[in-house]
Amino acid sequence: MNKALERLYNGFIKENPTFVLTLGMCPTLAVTTSAMNGLGMGLTTTAVLVLSNIFISLLRKVIPDSVRIPAFIVIIASFVTVVELLLEGYLPSLYSSLGIYIPLIVVNCIILGRAEAYAYKNPVIPSFFDGLGMGLGFTFALTCIGSFREILGAGEIFGYHIMPESFTPVSIFIMAPGAFFVLAMLTAIQNKIRKIASTKSKKVSADKPKGCNSDCSSCGEGGCAHRFYDASAKDKKELAKELMGTNEEADMEIEDLDKEETNE
Amino acid sequence: MSELILIAIGTALVNNVVLSQFLGLCPFLGVSKKVNTAAGMGVAVIFVITLASAVSSAIDIYLLKPYGVDYLETIVFILVIAALVQFVEMFLKKYVPPLYNSLGVYLPLITTNCAVLGVAITNVQKGYDIVTGIVNGFSTALGFTIAIIILAGIREKMEYNDIPEAFKGMPITLVTAGLMAIAFCGFAGIL
Repeated sequence: MNKALERLYNGFIKENPTFVLTLGMCPTLAVTTSAMNGLGMGLTTTAVLVLSNIFISLLRKVIPDSVRIPAFIVIIASFVTVVELLLEGYLPSLYSSLGIYIPLIVVNCIILGRAEAYAYKNPVIPSFFDGLGMGLGFTFALTCIGSFREILGAGEIFGYHIMPESFTPVSIFIMAPGAFFVLAMLTAIQNKIRKIASTKSKKVSADKPKGCNSDCSSCGEGGCAHRFYDASAKDKKELAKELMGTNEEADMEIEDLDKEETNE
Repeated sequence: MSELILIAIGTALVNNVVLSQFLGLCPFLGVSKKVNTAAGMGVAVIFVITLASAVSSAIDIYLLKPYGVDYLETIVFILVIAALVQFVEMFLKKYVPPLYNSLGVYLPLITTNCAVLGVAITNVQKGYDIVTGIVNGFSTALGFTIAIIILAGIREKMEYNDIPEAFKGMPITLVTAGLMAIAFCGFAGIL
């Protein structure tokens, strides 16, 4: 049971696929125009991730090493097709708002990454929890980004109006450019925190996340290689403080940016 | 004919594949440090996407649709694309070594470029015939090439700029991409 909790924690916080490993950026930017879309995409990906992890783990002694990647892709693509047909049948509104990004779950490197790094080497139950943890971490990240964009861009969250009447929605945030700006701010905050953490603790973990295989080698400096750090418990408090601080700063920066844009 | 031109302009500029549809972000952000490599990647992408959209449209129209198994398109397309990239790589290595030497590095990276699968699926969903599909694929890839070369140019200049510490690397690139996306929104007026 501990193992299961550990996998969930690992996926949700320690190796959060979006914030820590920066995998699967395409859907992260494309579908997070609202919190609901982010949640829907996250849960869809979670379903595929859990199912493919279970299946690959069951078949791990059958699949020969040399053809494992094509085998993984076929398994993943089958589950994506299943989930796509189910969504089309039962949740047509979500299906139409996610559109082409549902079949594109196949090329989401989180899923192939977990298959290669975890499910192929571990028994079924831990793989199930690994998939669940990673999927929920991804869902959490997408919902966060989605809510952020929806609040700024439409003054709503999950369709409920929450901002005061005097707030003018900055519609750029639910358009394409807004996605880039929001992600830029989040990454900048992360850089800041990482820098503080590394100067304070000087304890940077040597092991790199195994989720990044060949398919993310093209991610460049935004990629996974140095997105992983290990902070001791004492530093985490500091980190939390810094996080609050920098969040406010970043929000202010974003507001400044908006002002500039409206001035122009 | 005019319809084809409209599709070409629409997909290359107005609905730019990276800047408004967010497909192929990994190479867009990863291989855009120098204009030369960006151009190499762009050419390789044009090559593969045009070929892949031709093959996938043909498979869909002559194989999947007649037998009523078009729900298998995702599985078939991803395998076809992976195999195609492999074949192209082997073919170029054997018969056109100069082209292989300049594109070789980028070809394996393209298999996981979601723009390739994205174009194949868009072609099917919009019901394009083979010629329209090829035009759509080519112009999507052209849009990718335009965007990545512009970004690389800006990033080369940005080397000399004074950037806040936390924004160095990825964040400033994303901000640049965001500003480019705003600029590309301006093309919406031409259609």
